[in-house]
Amino acid sequence: MSLLLVGFFVGFGLLIGVLFGFFGMGGSFLVTPALLVMGYPSRVAVGSGLAFVFGTSVIGALRHRDHGHVDYKLAVIMTVAMTLGIEAGKRAIDALHTAGNADLVISVAYVGLLTTVGLFTLRDAHRTDTGTSVDLSERVQALEIPPMVALRGDVRVSASIIFGVGLFVGVLSGLLGVGGGFLLMPAMMYGLGVPTAIAVGTDILQITVSGAFGAFVYARDGFVAVPVVATLLAGSALGARIGAGVSNLVNEDDIKGYFATMLLAGSVAVAAKRVGTAYDIGVLNTVSIALIFGATIVVSGAILLAAVCQLRDDNTGFWCRLAVA
Amino acid sequence: MIIDALSLPPTVRAVGLIGVVLLEAMVLHVGYGVVANTLGPNVKRALGGE
Repeated sequence: MSLLLVGFFVGFGLLIGVLFGFFGMGGSFLVTPALLVMGYPSRVAVGSGLAFVFGTSVIGALRHRDHGHVDYKLAVIMTVAMTLGIEAGKRAIDALHTAGNADLVISVAYVGLLTTVGLFTLRDAHRTDTGTSVDLSERVQALEIPPMVALRGDVRVSASIIFGVGLFVGVLSGLLGVGGGFLLMPAMMYGLGVPTAIAVGTDILQITVSGAFGAFVYARDGFVAVPVVATLLAGSALGARIGAGVSNLVNEDDIKGYFATMLLAGSVAVAAKRVGTAYDIGVLNTVSIALIFGATIVVSGAILLAAVCQLRDDNTGFWCRLAVA
Repeated sequence: MIIDALSLPPTVRAVGLIGVVLLEAMVLHVGYGVVANTLGPNVKRALGGE
C-alpha cells in the first residue's frame, strides 16, 4: 500500500470516526460502499467492513467497560442468532459469487439500505413525538410466543422474537458487512422496550462478538484487506473520540439532516458506480467516488464547524448558521 | 502482510487477523486516550478562541 493510500484511508477513517462518535452509528455502513466504489471485490469489501466493525466495537467496549449496562441474557440470545445469520449471509454471498452476480446484488442491497436508513433519518430529523414507539414495544411485549424471558429494566418479552431479530440482522451483517447497530438499537429500545443505557451496553457487546465472528469467516477465505482495516481503524479511533467529545457541544438534531443527505448520496454513489461499470461510463465512476467521499467530508466538517461555533458562542456568522441549517 | 506470508492454515490465519485487529484497537484506545488527556483541554481552548 502506497503512503498516499495510507494517508487517504487514515483520513477517511478519521471522518467516519467523527460521524460514529457523534451519531453512534454510520461507521460500518460507509466503509463497505466506499470500498465498493473504489473497485474492491464485493467479498473483500464486506469482509474488510466486518473486520473494521470488530475493531471499532472493541474500542467502544473499552470505553464503556465501566458502565456495566449489559443484559447478558439478551446479549447471548442475540449473539447466537446473529452468528447463525452471519454464517448464512456469508454462504449466500459465496453462492451469489459462484452464480456471478454477487457484486450486483450487494450493490443493489446497499442502494436500498442506504436509501431506507437515509429517509428514516431524514424523517426522524423533522419529528418530535415518540408516542408510536412506546406503543410498539408494548405490543411486542404482549405477544406470548414461548419461551418468554425476563430482561433487565422489568421487560418480559419472547425469546423467539429476540432470536428472529438477531437472525435478520445477522444475515444482513454477513451479506453486507454492517455491524447492525443502526437496526439493533431501535429494535431493542423501541421494539422490545429495553432501557437506552442497557440497549447501548448490550449492543456494543454483541456487535463485538458477532463482528469478530464475521471477520473470522471472511478472513478464513482470505477476504479481509488487513492494511485497509488497520489504517481505517487508526483514523477512526481518533475521530470517534473527537465525535464523542463534540456530541456534548452540538445538538444531534441540528446535523441529522446533513447525515441523512450523506446516506442518500452514498446510495446514489453505489448506484452510479454499478451503472458506470456495467456500461463502461468512466465519468460515473468518478462521480460515485466524489459523492461518497465528498458527502462524508461535508457532514464531518459540519459537525466540527458547529462545535467550534458553539465553543466561540457564535450563532450568527454565515458558516455557523450554515453548519446547523 | 506477515500473517499471509507465513503460509499458515486459513483458520489460524483468520484467528491471527482477529488478534491483530484486537491488539491494534487496544493500543489505539490507550494511545489516543493519553493524547486526548494531554492535548484535549489546550485544543478546546484554542478552538474556543481563548
